[in-house]
Amino acid sequence: MSWEPVIGLEVHVHLKTRTKMFCRCPVGFGAAANTQTCPVCLAFPGALPVVNRIAVEWTLKLGLALGCEVAEHAVFSRKNYFYFDNPKGYQISQYDLPFCTNGKVLVPTADGDSVVGIVRAHLEEDAAKTVHIGGRTGRIRGADYSLVDFNRGGTPLVEIVTAPDIGSAEEAKRFLQILRQTITELGISDAEMEKGTLRVDANVSVRPTGSKELRTRTELKNMNSFTFVARGIDAEIARQIALWESGGTVRQETYDFDATTGTLTPHRAKEEADDYRYFPEPDLVPVEPPAELVERLRSELPELPSARIRRLEAELDLERATVLVTGGLDRLWCDAVAAGTEKIAAANVIANNVVGAGLDAAAVSAKELARLVEARERLPRAAFDEAISKLAEPGFSADPYLAQEALSDENELEPIVARILEANPGQVEAYRNGKEGLLGFFVGQVMKETQGNANPRVVSELLRAKLK
Amino acid sequence: MAPVVDTLRLTAEGAKDLLERGEVTATELRAAYLDAIAERDGELHCFLRTTDSGGDGVPIALKDVISTKGVETTAGSRILAGYVPVFDATVAARVKAAGLGLLGKTNTDEFAMGSSTENSAYGPSRNPWDPSRVPGGSGGGSAAAVTAGLAPWALGSDTGGSIKQPSALCGNVGLRPTYGSVSRYGVVAFASSLDQVGPVAKTVRDVALLYSIIAGRDPLDSTTAELPEAVRLPEGDSLAGIRVGVPTELNEAEGIEPGVKAAVARTIELAEELGAEVGECSLPRSVRYGMPCYYLIAPAEASSNLARYDGVRYGRRADGASYQEMVDQTRDEGLGPEPKRRIMLGTYALSSGYYDAYYGQAQKVRTLIIEEHREALEQFDVLVSPTSPTVAFEIGERAADPLAMYASDLLTIPSCLAGLPGLSIPCGLSEGLPVGLQLIGPQFGENLLFRVGHAVEQALEYETVPERWR
Repeated sequence: MSWEPVIGLEVHVHLKTRTKMFCRCPVGFGAAANTQTCPVCLAFPGALPVVNRIAVEWTLKLGLALGCEVAEHAVFSRKNYFYFDNPKGYQISQYDLPFCTNGKVLVPTADGDSVVGIVRAHLEEDAAKTVHIGGRTGRIRGADYSLVDFNRGGTPLVEIVTAPDIGSAEEAKRFLQILRQTITELGISDAEMEKGTLRVDANVSVRPTGSKELRTRTELKNMNSFTFVARGIDAEIARQIALWESGGTVRQETYDFDATTGTLTPHRAKEEADDYRYFPEPDLVPVEPPAELVERLRSELPELPSARIRRLEAELDLERATVLVTGGLDRLWCDAVAAGTEKIAAANVIANNVVGAGLDAAAVSAKELARLVEARERLPRAAFDEAISKLAEPGFSADPYLAQEALSDENELEPIVARILEANPGQVEAYRNGKEGLLGFFVGQVMKETQGNANPRVVSELLRAKLK
Repeated sequence: MAPVVDTLRLTAEGAKDLLERGEVTATELRAAYLDAIAERDGELHCFLRTTDSGGDGVPIALKDVISTKGVETTAGSRILAGYVPVFDATVAARVKAAGLGLLGKTNTDEFAMGSSTENSAYGPSRNPWDPSRVPGGSGGGSAAAVTAGLAPWALGSDTGGSIKQPSALCGNVGLRPTYGSVSRYGVVAFASSLDQVGPVAKTVRDVALLYSIIAGRDPLDSTTAELPEAVRLPEGDSLAGIRVGVPTELNEAEGIEPGVKAAVARTIELAEELGAEVGECSLPRSVRYGMPCYYLIAPAEASSNLARYDGVRYGRRADGASYQEMVDQTRDEGLGPEPKRRIMLGTYALSSGYYDAYYGQAQKVRTLIIEEHREALEQFDVLVSPTSPTVAFEIGERAADPLAMYASDLLTIPSCLAGLPGLSIPCGLSEGLPVGLQLIGPQFGENLLFRVGHAVEQALEYETVPERWR
C-alpha cells in the first residue's frame, strides 16, 4: 500500500514592535534578565493589559498578505493554564474571534501552484523564557531548579495556523520559505528560527494514498531550521508508515526532533487532556478594525513572493526563481538584468557568490554586479571573488578588477594541464571509461595550480581535448 | 492647643472648609482621625493597617484591594501577606494628586468575596451601630470606618454589592459607579467585568466630590471611558419632574424584612412629596436570574484572576519539591474557603463541555438583564428599592451558610450585572439598625443619582452617628 502524508503547520512569529503586546516595556534581546519588566508583564495584582495598536495593525497586514478575511469584530480571550512562564495564570490570546481567518498561500511547484489554506492568524503574547539548571537534558525533568526571565514575556506573537493541506516535507519547507519572506518584507518581524523569532510546530499524519480520511496526528516541536522541519517531518512520516504497516496505531503525541541524531523523542507525556477554559478577556474591549484602516493596509502590500516567483519563473526557471525570491534577492537580480547582463548567469552569481559572501542584497550595486557577471569568465577567480565581496561597499567600482585578465593563453596552460593529468592516472582512466563528471575535478586542480588565475572555460576546453 | 474635631459628625466637605478657612491644619485633621482610630478601632477592626503619609487635603481610607505604593496591600488574603506594591492604583494616585493623605487600608472579605468581612483572613470588622453585628461586605472596613468617624471618607470596590450593601448596613452613603467610569488599574481583581471602585462617605455631596476626583478615563484601563458630563455637586431639595420607578420584584422579593420594606416605602412617599412622579415597573428576569447569573460570571472570572497567586513572584510561597507541589501548597495554605469555593465554581463553569451551559448561558442572561434595565430606565429616571433585604445581621449568623450570605446581595446584583450606577443612602432605622435605600440610574447617570439622593437626604434629616455614641 502506498501512503500520503497530511501536514499542517502552526507558525509563531515574534513581532518586532518597539514595545510589548500589553504594556510599554521594550521588546528586545540581550538585556539582563528581568530588566524589561513592569507590573503588567509580571502580573502584579491589579495590573491591566492595554493593546499595542501597532501589533494589531501588523497582524492585520500579515493576514491580508496571506489572503485572509479581516474580522470586523475581533476579541482577545484568556487561555488559562498554570506554568511559571505564564505569570497571570492565563495567556491573552484569541479564540473564537481572531483577527484573520480563511486565507491561502500559493506555493509554486513544478506541477502548478499548490494551495495551502490559512485557517487563522491571531495575535497573542509570548510566555517568559525558562532555563532549567542541572540535569542532563536542559529540560525540566531532572533539573535542580529553574530560572525565569520575564523579558520575553508579553512579546507580541502572531500564530498562523494552516489547514492540513501540505503533502510533503519539501512542500512544507517551500511554504515556510515563502511565509518567512512575506513576513520579513512586511517589516514586521525578523522571523529567524535560530533566534526564536519564528517557531514552527508541525502536525503530521499519513493515510492511504487517495483516501480522504484524517488519521491520528502527532505534533513535532523544537525544530530550529526549515531544513530540520523537513527532516523531522520525513522522519515522522516514515515512523508512522512503519507503525501502520506493522499493524500498530499512531497515538496523539508531541515529539521533539533532535537534528543531530535525526530522531524523535516524546515531548512530555500528558497525564490529562488540556482544558484551557477559554473565555473573552474582560480587561479588554473587542477590537473592530475600521474599514479605512484595512484598506490602507491592503494598499501598502508589496507584490507577494508567490506572484514574484511565477513572474521570474517565466524568465528563469522555478528553482532559480524560488531561490531568488525566498532569499530576498530578486530585486537585485531584476536591477542587474536591467543594467545589462545575462539572466541565468546573474541568477547564479547572486545565489552563489553574493549570498556566499554574506552580502546584504539591498546594499549591493546592481550596475557593478552586472559588469562583473559579464566579465566573469575572463577575470582571474581571485579578482572576481574579491570584487564580489566588496560589492556592498559604498561607492564601489569594478574598474580595477575588470582591468585584470585570467590566464587564457593555451600555450601557457597546456603544460599545467598535462602535469595534472599525469599526476592523476586513475581519474584519467575513470573519465575515459565514462565518468565525465570528473571534468570538474580536473578543472579544480588546474585552478588550484594557477592560484585561481586560469580562465575556467579555456581550461575545460583544453582538458576535454586532452582527455579524448 | 489643637481645635477639637468631632470626627463622628464632621463631613469631608466640612473638613475641607475647616482646612480652607485655616481653622485646622491637615496634620491636626489627620491626628484627629488617628486618635479616633486609636479609640474605637480596637473594637471595630476597620483598619488592617494605618499609614504615615502626608497630603494637605482631607485624609482618606482605602479598601485593601487598592494597590498603594510602598504600603502593604493584601486584599484581605493570607496569600498576599507582606506584598508591598511598587505602584499606585490609578484611584490611589488620583486621590493622592488631589492632596488626600492616606489614613490606612481597610478590611475586606478575602479578595472582596463576601458580604460581611467575615471572610477576611485577618478577622471580621464590626458594625459601629452594634459591634455584635457585621458591617456588611466586602467593603465593611471602609463603611464602618466612615460611620465610626475613623475616616471622613473612603474608597471601596463593588462587584455585586460590596460598596452599597455595607453602606446600607452601616448607615452611610455609598456609590457604585457606572462600569467603566472609574479605573480598575491596580485594584486587585475579583471579577473584571463587574469590579468598580467607588466612594463611601456620610453625605451624598461628599460622595459626589470624591467621585469627581477618581472618575474618568484612564489610559491604563481599556474598559474606562471619559465621563459624558462633569460631576455636579447636588443642591436643592426639589424632585419636581423626576420620574421614580419602583420595580416590583426588587421591592417585593422574598426575604425583605418588614422593617426594611416599611422604611423604604416611607422614603418613596417622601420622594413623591418632594415632587417626584412615582410609578411601578418590573424587572422580572433581573431578579429571578440575576443571582445565578452573577454566581457563574463572577466566579468564572475570579478563577482566572486569582491564578496569578502562585508563589512565584510575590506574596506567600510554601515549600514544595516541585513547581506543581509548591503552587498547590501555596494556594492551599494561602487562600481561604470562600475564594477556593469560587475558584472551583468558576473553573467548572468554564470547563470544556460546560461552558455553553454555564458561562455562555450566563452571558446571554446578562444581556437580557441589561435590556430589561434599559427598558425600565426609558420610562423612569431612577429606580428605587431597598439596598439590602435585611439590616445588619449577627456575626457568625450566616458564616456557615454561603447561600444565606449570597442572599444579602440579591437586590444589588442585578444593576451591577447591567453595569449601572447605584447609590445607597440611609433612609431610616429598623430594629434600631440602619436601612439603606438603593437608587439605580442610567449609564453615567451619577449626577441624577446625586440630585435625587441629596434631596431625599435633606428631607430625611437622617442622623449618621450611631445611637450609642450620640
